[in-house]
Formats: sequence, C-alpha cells, structure tokens
Amino acid sequence: MSTVAGWDAIIVGAGHNGLVCAATLARAGRRVLVLEAGDAVGGCAVTREFAPGFRVSAGAQLLHQMPAELVEELRLATHGLEFAATALPTTALAAGGEPLAIGDPGALARRSAADARAWPLYDARLKRFARLLYGLLAAPAPRLGTGAWSDTFALGRLGLRLRLLGRRDMREFLRIVGMNAYDLVSDEFESDALRGALSLDAVLGTNFGPRAPGTVLTLLYRLAAESAAGPRALAQPKGGMGALTAALARAATAAGAVIRTMAPVTRISVSEDRAAGVVLGSGEEIAARSVISNADAKTTFLTLLGAEYLDTGFVRRVDHFRSRGVTAKLHLALDRLPAFGVGAPAALGGRLLIAPSADYVERAWNHSKYGEWSASPAFEITVPTVNDPALAPAGRHVLSATVQYAPYAPQRGWEAERQPFLAALLGVLEAHAPGLQSSLLATQLLTPADLEREFRVHGGHWHHGDLAFDQFYMVRPVPGAAQHATPVAGLYLCGASCHPGGGVMGIAGRNAARRVLAEVSR
Amino acid sequence: MSAASHRRHDVIVVGAGHNGLVAACYMARAGLDVLVLERNDYIGGAAVSRKLYQDFTYSNCSYVCSLLRPEIMRTLELPRFGLQIIPYEGGCTMMRDGGHLALYDNHDALRREIARHSPRDAEAYHRFSRDIIRQCKFIKPLLMREPPDPTSFKPRDLTELLYLGQRLNNVGEERMYDTIRFWTMSAADFLDEYFESEIVKAHFSGSSIIGTALGPRSPGSAYVLLHHYMGDIDETVGAWGFARGGMGAVTAALTASLQASGGAVRTAAPVEQVLIRNGRARGVVLASGEEIEAGTVVSNMDVKRTFLKAVAPEHLPEDFLTAVRRFKIRGSSGKLNIALDGLPSFPALPAGAPCVRGDMHITDTIEMMERAYDDWKEGRWSAAPYVDMLIPSQIDPTMAPDGKHYMSVFVQYCPYQLADGPWTDAKRQAFGATVIDAIARHSPDFKSLIRHAEIRTPWDIENEVGLTEGNIFQGELTMDQLLFNRPVPGYAQYRTPVKGLYLSGSSTHPGGGVMGAPGANAARRVLADLGRGGTR
Repeated sequence: MSTVAGWDAIIVGAGHNGLVCAATLARAGRRVLVLEAGDAVGGCAVTREFAPGFRVSAGAQLLHQMPAELVEELRLATHGLEFAATALPTTALAAGGEPLAIGDPGALARRSAADARAWPLYDARLKRFARLLYGLLAAPAPRLGTGAWSDTFALGRLGLRLRLLGRRDMREFLRIVGMNAYDLVSDEFESDALRGALSLDAVLGTNFGPRAPGTVLTLLYRLAAESAAGPRALAQPKGGMGALTAALARAATAAGAVIRTMAPVTRISVSEDRAAGVVLGSGEEIAARSVISNADAKTTFLTLLGAEYLDTGFVRRVDHFRSRGVTAKLHLALDRLPAFGVGAPAALGGRLLIAPSADYVERAWNHSKYGEWSASPAFEITVPTVNDPALAPAGRHVLSATVQYAPYAPQRGWEAERQPFLAALLGVLEAHAPGLQSSLLATQLLTPADLEREFRVHGGHWHHGDLAFDQFYMVRPVPGAAQHATPVAGLYLCGASCHPGGGVMGIAGRNAARRVLAEVSR
Repeated sequence: MSAASHRRHDVIVVGAGHNGLVAACYMARAGLDVLVLERNDYIGGAAVSRKLYQDFTYSNCSYVCSLLRPEIMRTLELPRFGLQIIPYEGGCTMMRDGGHLALYDNHDALRREIARHSPRDAEAYHRFSRDIIRQCKFIKPLLMREPPDPTSFKPRDLTELLYLGQRLNNVGEERMYDTIRFWTMSAADFLDEYFESEIVKAHFSGSSIIGTALGPRSPGSAYVLLHHYMGDIDETVGAWGFARGGMGAVTAALTASLQASGGAVRTAAPVEQVLIRNGRARGVVLASGEEIEAGTVVSNMDVKRTFLKAVAPEHLPEDFLTAVRRFKIRGSSGKLNIALDGLPSFPALPAGAPCVRGDMHITDTIEMMERAYDDWKEGRWSAAPYVDMLIPSQIDPTMAPDGKHYMSVFVQYCPYQLADGPWTDAKRQAFGATVIDAIARHSPDFKSLIRHAEIRTPWDIENEVGLTEGNIFQGELTMDQLLFNRPVPGYAQYRTPVKGLYLSGSSTHPGGGVMGAPGANAARRVLADLGRGGTR
C-alpha cells in the first residue's frame, strides 16, 4: 500500500457513519482512505455468524432511522441494498396474556376505550414534534454566542420552526420536551402494556429509566429520525444490517474511496499542531490532509490522539462524556419458530417488546445503577429469519434481542455473572414463548463489556454516549467538538458521538463530510 | 357576620402563607384595601412556629431561612417589624461508618476539611463554588421578573425573551454551554465533574433532592441543587440562617408590615370557592357560607387546589384544566419535630466544633440517596433516609425552655401515598422510628433525650397546611414546570383564565422555598393590571 498517495482524508473506522462520510467525500472528488480495525466493514451495523449456519445483525438489528434522502443520494439500492421487510409492526408481548399491536386501533380499543381515543391525537402530535426535531437533527449544531451569521441563522430557524407549530403545539412542545417519558405516557394512557412499550422506546440503548427527565427527548429523537426514514421506517435489510454497510462500502468505493480492513489505527499523528495522518498497529504510517474519526469521542481524543494535544478543560469534559452502556445483545439459534403467540406471522417478523408496564422498565433500570443486572429486564426482540430465512439453515430460526439493562461492570465481574444473567434472560423469554429453551441450539450474549470489545466503542454504549440534554446538540459530545471539527486542526469527528447522535442514521457522517469539504475549500 | 365583611375589598388574598402575605404587603403599600383570609387559626401557612408541646416552639414545616429575597426584606421593612435572622455557624454530614465532613462558613477552613477526605476535591471546591456562584448570578435577576410567554408577539413578552437571550449571550460561549448543562444534568453527574470523594459528593447532592421527587441521578436535579443555593450567595449577612423565634417570625413580620400599611388578616376563614360572575372573580365564599366581595382575588394556594377545588370547572377551559391536572405536585418529604431534654451528643464530630450549630445531614453516598429514592418510587418511605436536621435552640434560646432543645428533622423521601394503602397512625410511628433510629446510630443518647416527637408525613402536611401532597415547592422543580411553563404554559404571568383571579404561591415562577419572589411578582402583575404601577 502506498503511503505517498497523498490522501485528502483518512477515515478511522468503517462504521455506517464513517462509510457515509467516505462516500460523500469521495463523491466530491476527494481521495479517501477508510481504515477499519476489524476484518469486515460495518461497525455496529454488521451481520455475523454466531453459530454454524446462523447469522445475525450483531449490533443494531433494524434500520429505522436512515433518512430516505440519504439512501437515495448514495444510491444504496443500486449498490445492492434490498429489504427483507419494511414498515415492520411493533407488538407488546404479555406473558400468558393477549399481546398488544402498537398503533392498531382495534387492539387498543379492546384494552381501553380511553386509550383508543387518546392514541390518534398523541400519535399525530408526537409526529408533528418529531418532524420539528428532525430539522434540528439533520442540520449541524450551531455554536452559541459567536455572532456568526450562520449560527444566528440556525438558531433563528429553530425559533421560527417552533413558532410555526402554532401556539398550542408550541406550548405543548416546550412543556413535554424536558419531561420524562413515564409521566407523559401515564398522563396520556391508562393501559400498562401501552405505557410500558412507549417507555421502552424512550430508553432503548440509553442509560436512563423512563422516570428520568429528558426521556421524552429520546422518544422524540427516535420518532424524528423515523419520520425522515419515510414509509420504509423500521426496515429489515435483506442479509441483515451488514447488507446496509456493505452497500455503503460499495457506494464509497464506486466513488473512488479505498477501504482497508484489518488495519487498526493506534495513533493519530500530529505535526505542527495539526493532524497529519495515522499510525497503524503494524507501525505503518499514513499521511493525510485530514483525519476523520468514526471512533467515539473518548477513544479518539484520549486513546488515539492523546491528552497532551488538548487543554485540560477539554480533556476533563471528554473524560466525563457519559458513555457507560447498559444495553446487552442476545442471539439465539433455534430449531423452530418461537411461540410468542402473536397471531399473524407479520407480527412475529416485526418488533416484539417485553415491557409490560412503565414501572417494569423503571425497575429494570434500578439495578443497573448499582452495578447489578436486572432479573426482569426489558427486551426488544426480532426473529429476523421470519422475513429472511437465508440467515439460518432451512427450517431453523434466529432470535435477536436488545436487552435493557445490563451494567457495564457488574460488581462481581461478568465472568461470574454471565451464566446467571443468561439464565434469567432465557427464563423471561420462556415465559413469553413456552418451549423456547427446548428449541435452543446455540446462544450468544454480548454484554456492554463484550460490545465494547467487539465494536471498539468505549463503554459498549449503543449511542457512543447517552443521549440527554447535557450531551445533545451544541454540547455533543462536548463543547469545542460539537461541530465535527475538534481543537486539533485537521482532526474531525464523524460518529455517533457527534450531533445528532446514535442510531443507524448516517447524518453525522454526512455532516462531517460537508464540514470537511467546506473547511478545506476555504 | 362582622361589619367589615360587608365591605367590598379591593383585593382578597386566599392563604396567609409567606407568599400571600408578601403579595398582600406590596398591594397594601400601593394603597389597595387588602384582606388576607387564612383557613387555619394561625398565620403562616408553611412558615410557622407553633407551641405544640409545652414551651417548645416548633418550626414545624419550613425550618431555615435561606432564600427570602433581600429586596423584599428591605422594601417591606421586615427587620423593623421584628424579623431577625441569625446565621448558621456551620454544618456537617455524617457517614454511616462514623466518618464525617464538617462544614464551616470560612472558605479556607472548609477547604482544609475537604482536603482531609481528598486533596483533589479541596482544589476542585474552589472551581465548584466559583461555577455555582456564576450560575446563581445568572439566575438571580430572573427570580424577581415575570417570565415571558414565548408564543406571544406582545412587546412585553418579546422584550423579556430578548432580555433572557441577551443575558445568556452576555455570559459568553463557554459559560453558555455550562449553563445549558447545569440546567439539565443530574446532580450526580454534575458533582462527578468536580469531586472524587463520596462524602463530598453526597454532601453537596443533598440539596439536589430536598423537597423533590427526583433522585440525585435524575437529570434536572443539578438545578434543584442550585435552587437551594440561591440564598447562599447573597451579600446580605445571614441569608442562610435561623429566623429568631422560628419560621413563624417571617410571617409574623410580614403580617405586622401588612397591618402597618392598612391591610388585614382574618384567620379561621377557610375559603371554599372563588366567587365568579360573568367570567370575573368577584370575591370568595367561605366554608361557613359567608360571601366576601372583592375586585381582585389572589390565590396563594397551589395551582391544583385553586383550580380543582376552589373554582368551578365551568369557568375554566378544558385544556387549562387538563394542564392543571397534569401539573406534578408530589409529596416526597417528611418532617419530625422533636423536643429534647438536652443536647444530644454526636461522638463522631470534633468536640466543640461549630458544626452542630448548623444543619447536620446523615448520608454517605449518592447511592444511598438514590436507593432512598427507589424506595419512594415504590411507595415506601426510605429505609435509609436522607436526613437534614437542625437544633436551632442552641442559637435561638426562645425555641425551647432553658437547657432543653428543639430539633427539626427534615426527611427525604417519604411518599404521600403508600403502596400498601393509606397512612395510619401505626405506619406514621414506624416512619418516625426509622428516622429516629437513623439519627440514634450517630448519637447514642439521642433516644433517651426525646420528650416529644411530632411526625409529619406528606399526607399530614397536606391536611394541615393545604399544600397538595404536602409538596414544599407547590410543584416539582423540573424543566417542564419552570419559567414560562410554571404552572401552566400560557399562564406563567400570575394571571389565570378567570379575569381578576391571580396566583401568588410557589406554584408560580420562580417556585418554592421561603423566597417571597412569587408573591412579589404576582403583586406587581395585579398592580400593573389595575393601572397602579408598572411591571417588568
């Protein structure tokens, strides 16, 4: 490999944001090199074999947040992205009881007439708020107090969008946006199943319980990106999430980017106060005009760059970027379909939630605060082989579940806790799908500590860092690095640590690329 | 019926709590004929001193004077009317393992004490207090201003929004980010940015949970911490301290000030309904059936009690009623008032140190407080509660007979409703025993000195004082209920959907604590609406 090619940009990490960034830069004519430590591209959006013949989306399990315009812009369909299913339904499971199809007016009415009346109003209002929020997510975060025209304009536009909601909606938005999801859903609905399901959506992947103020923001965040993903929202790529990143990689290479796997970056080199390139694990040095890190903020600044290039206040902030993951991933190989009792086959192919009440979700969180795992955790389950049988041998199935909450560092260590935790998880699943344990062929449990190792994300955090007001918008990941540029010239961030944050969305990658393009052409 | 009640008053204030009295004082000083009606047979609401056991005086609700705005004290001449505030001489936090952190009002002494636990934290303390003071300086001017309605295009609202924006802008980019973070972080995360020692963090996070249904790990609790600090930084000497004679001295001075301006207070006059004719408040109806007329009614009751009990629903828009029902007022605090035969000893504390002459806390980790909050969420009182206790009789001898002492014990958390059914006397006693045991672990002779203990749950506080769920702030201090959202979006300007009816209690901006700002702001709004003076 030539190190004298004179790369315009090196991208550290071939996660979805890194690939979006690479594709965008390459399409603008930049010479881009993507360096991936692992043996395949994808980051947390990958398909892996976890048992012979059984493949699963090992990190993120559904695509619901990538804006339709980005999928179009990068022509991912022509680069091989196909969907096994789109517009997946969500069903709240009830052990031994009737499951509730979320959003189905008839099913809701059987639970509670009041909730059936309240749902359409709630749903429509939250979607209006979500669209407003999407405007904020899609654009780069402004800086405050700079007096710069672009920042003032961005803030002004935000104010205008708020006003355009109309007085009633604006008041309601300004009230609920800082609220906790538990109170919001308890005010609106009486059915525990609905309250539980909505509460779980508000906290998936994040280190908060539904009673934590700010969880309405995370709920809206999810809906906001979903609204931009269009009718395809909640989609299952054919071949798993790895198919999405494979298509992104093809889009990038088609535009001229070079991707190298098994090329772990160990240092970002600095010369004359600017990022000058990277050093690989092999000792190989590669120079570039810009280095764009898809790694999380802590890894980028504290491991790859080194605190010596940063001032102490900045380092302290990075150090306190909250990035302790509390989400685990469970993969099961099954010799038959699990009997979740959800009726229609379409439902079984959708999202299945175990979150029987908002209190249940809150209690599940309580344990993780003290380094304990929850014996009654909340689940977001998919059975991807319903829509995509090729992921498993004929007639066999895969169950893939996101589990809340598992601590990053349990008091007795994961070595001691892994088996009891797994047994507890299987016990909860068995209660919802009788016979599941007898159909088990293989299991894989990824704790936050495993996710950290597997995906090289500090703390194993799903979103690189908690999505909360103090780590959102112009303060994500930390002031001084919230607009993709960092205190070190030529070094940029493009991953989920940046605004707008986690989820397989790609906006951070695209905005980082635009920032680099604007900066370098200046 | 007295002759006076036939007279039509300019203003009736419902409730003689400190905010109602502050509002009444300002209006009376502007020349209005003001009558304050109080349902209890004593004045003060939750700022009271009562002799409930022999010659012991209990400040049986609020217990320290920290937040009362100095401009109110000056304008209403409260010192002239008898208010005397005696500053704290220290404080301490006691850990379950026998360790302690002593608090001194001398900055350097405090630093040395913190260094005993962690030299790094002693360094950080300087940065911490500087940042807190900065945030307080940012917020303090907003306390005595009426929040704008961000949806309005009226010049006053636009000007006020601009003022807020400019204030934020003036602090500079870095500080602006700090402010955003400060308003939205949890106390635990916020303190993690400064300190490493558990007791130091636990000590400072205590103020983040007092009176609130949040845990130290709940986002937004850093703001509650700040709310309690607001009084701490006033240049006014003794802004944190004991009111001589108990908290009732505050409301007694306010009453004297009011009477000097021609206003009157009538006790044992519970208001049943606000009298509304043709969409306008015309006076009130007492429980006895007596009607008292007035051009303006100012309710010092909380927003739920005002609109769900004292105003008939047909006078209110449905949206407004829904918003009032959804306003969060949660009972989370209990109180013990204890008469002691002597001064209890605390062997862990240095002999003769002033730290027993201020507020003493029992807690040792943020986890302990968070677990105490988990208990509350499950409808139980905390098994290991956070305790904030004071023995004011050491400094103010009027509170107890010679050689005896009065102890005020504030307890976090205690639910308004228990998961296993309503409060009973047995449960109340068990709650009290939990707290007494927690204190006794630090004071071997404490139990033997107790002569009388009054145990107050949120349920008791509601029933006696009239605060919904016994919430000391008349509503949670969370983002969705602050500034222009408090109490109800669109009605944060002390006005209500009923013309001539205003709110003056802590349900309104800037919220609870014996601060007086809501009352002063409400009075300014009334006076402006009556054309008797400007309002900001």
